[in-house]
Amino acid sequence: MSGHTEKGSSGSGWGLRESHSFDRNSIHYIHEAARTGLYRIRGFGAKRRVPNFDDLLMKGASMSRYPLEGYREACETGVTLGTRYAEKPIHLEIPITIAGMSFGSLSANAKEALGRGANEAGTSTTTGDGGMTPEERQHSRLLVCQYLPSRYGVNPDDLRKADAIEIVVGQGAKPGGGGMLLGQKVTGRVAGMRTLPSGVDQRSACRHPDWTGPDDLAIKITELREITGWEKPIYIKCGAARPYYDTALSVKAGADVVVIDGMQGGTAATQDVFIEHVGQPTLVAVKEAVQALIDLDMHRKVQLVVGGGIRTGADVAKAIAMGADAVSIGTAALIALGDQNPELEAEYRAAGSGAGYWEDYQAGTDPAGITTQDPKLAKRLDPVVAGRRLANYLRVMTLEAQTIARACGKSHIRNLEPDDMVALTVEAAAMAGIPLAGTDWIPGQSRIRDM
Amino acid sequence: MSGRGDNPVILDLEGGSLRAVNARLQAENRTDSETYFRLLNPGGAHSLACGLDAPVLVGIEGHAGYFCAGMNQRAHVVVEGNAGQGVAENMMSGRVHVKGNSSQSAGATAHGGLLVIEGNAAARCGVSLKGADIVVKGSVGHMSMFMAQAGRLVVLGDAGDALGDSIYEARIYVRGKVGNLGADCVRKPMRDTHWKELKSLLQAAGCGNAETGGFQRYGSARELYHFKVGNVRAY
Repeated sequence: MSGHTEKGSSGSGWGLRESHSFDRNSIHYIHEAARTGLYRIRGFGAKRRVPNFDDLLMKGASMSRYPLEGYREACETGVTLGTRYAEKPIHLEIPITIAGMSFGSLSANAKEALGRGANEAGTSTTTGDGGMTPEERQHSRLLVCQYLPSRYGVNPDDLRKADAIEIVVGQGAKPGGGGMLLGQKVTGRVAGMRTLPSGVDQRSACRHPDWTGPDDLAIKITELREITGWEKPIYIKCGAARPYYDTALSVKAGADVVVIDGMQGGTAATQDVFIEHVGQPTLVAVKEAVQALIDLDMHRKVQLVVGGGIRTGADVAKAIAMGADAVSIGTAALIALGDQNPELEAEYRAAGSGAGYWEDYQAGTDPAGITTQDPKLAKRLDPVVAGRRLANYLRVMTLEAQTIARACGKSHIRNLEPDDMVALTVEAAAMAGIPLAGTDWIPGQSRIRDM
Repeated sequence: MSGRGDNPVILDLEGGSLRAVNARLQAENRTDSETYFRLLNPGGAHSLACGLDAPVLVGIEGHAGYFCAGMNQRAHVVVEGNAGQGVAENMMSGRVHVKGNSSQSAGATAHGGLLVIEGNAAARCGVSLKGADIVVKGSVGHMSMFMAQAGRLVVLGDAGDALGDSIYEARIYVRGKVGNLGADCVRKPMRDTHWKELKSLLQAAGCGNAETGGFQRYGSARELYHFKVGNVRAY
């Protein structure tokens, strides 16, 4: 039996049975498609349920492993990114970075708050599709400058000001798709930075304009290094399309750091069908990316940053135990700033959404003043207070990850390993390459080896 | 090469490294140096003379590979041979002059300055252009000026298919045949301001005496600026 059953007001007494296939969401979708003739464009990430880090558990320690004493024995958290070629690798005090989000999708105050929070926690933040603002450079001690297919706002001065450069091939919410920013958010300043007419529904290219494929990319990376004096770590960010090969080819192209983004990652706006149906879960992304690095003998030599649906210190610990060097957070960082706050429920409702539904992202009507370009709304966000909230959240996640690492007997979070975990479901076991709890079974384990 | 005195600085890529050559050129960055460099034996190397930021003159005496003069600021770079993919990509200012032909994506995303190509330019010339000017004395390949946002492209020869696809506010002048126009790109009337603009671009490119009678102007119909049901065929 599937679907919801209600008692009918008339008829035989069998009641009303809702269709699982044609449920209320599907019916509503068809009606809207028929009414408008145009697909749905929205922000945020996938809302469907996919296996995630909640489907893994940490084992902890007992007779065979000794735990570390909480609060007394150190559990280090630092990570250095860019050790392969860059003359100036960047050191993060915690293995949690702030993902690329554009000024345009976010208000200037929100960008400043991200920088402030990251600074306080000792980590980096990242520009986005639209270029670097002076405010975010000023307020971010470590700033990664994205280099996207659109090349909006790209210039050599900003690249030289950055602490690292992230070449964006794709992102988890829409691997294979370019950015979108609806006209409500393309205000004068945003349009000016992107060399676009104000108010257009901005479409970003999905492919880079001057290179195609890993051989070209290797040459592009050399050019960026030549322009910036070989100082900056070069990251390559891919959505989780084919993570094994994407990672291997990124290494081949000369990346210092590979960033893989699972389908739970967010976006400012794109087609709903893209968000929900293209890309793979973060669990898959981590496993395949780590396997590629191991096969190339580059694990820990090229650092791996994983994003897409990271929420808690447990998620951080599990991603690192699977072999990542660090994680990145986007949506969670915005929530920490104050986004989707239930206290603003009435205003989210008035904007046609609801706190926790993220239906305001693309329209730029965020009453929290974060995902908006409306100056009145943007003014509501105090970047100092919001930055402090983000720093608190990053501290909590770090403390949680340390708690788990100590419980597993690790003096550095990086020392967590796959053997510290079990999977709760067959699906998670297969996707993460972690044995199903109570067994030594990893479904499909031979697949990667045979690829 | 002329006009910069008789004492050029000689850089030779035969036996020298790309890093050493670029580092020497970049040593003039953020100055008003007008030093004349002769770059010998380029051998099609990639990323030559990229990241410059001074009004120097660089003569590349042979063929250049990918991304020659990438992100140029203020420098005048002359390629005596052909240039590979992405010549003068993301140029901010200055002048890049290719005496031969160029591969695809010439002048991609360039914000400012002038790119002159004496021969032909392959596909995607001026892709995502953001304000620079490009003058091609031969013909350009397909998808040229794809998603071009601002700036001008002048083509004295022909243009390939899908010219100006999804173009924003950039302007295109073509004297010869156009294979076909891309989505949202239309032919527009040549008004006085456009004849003047064209003339001034041709003069800047050193061909002010070129016959202009056959030129046509192309630009955006601005029909794809907003997502709407009427545009479904273009999505």
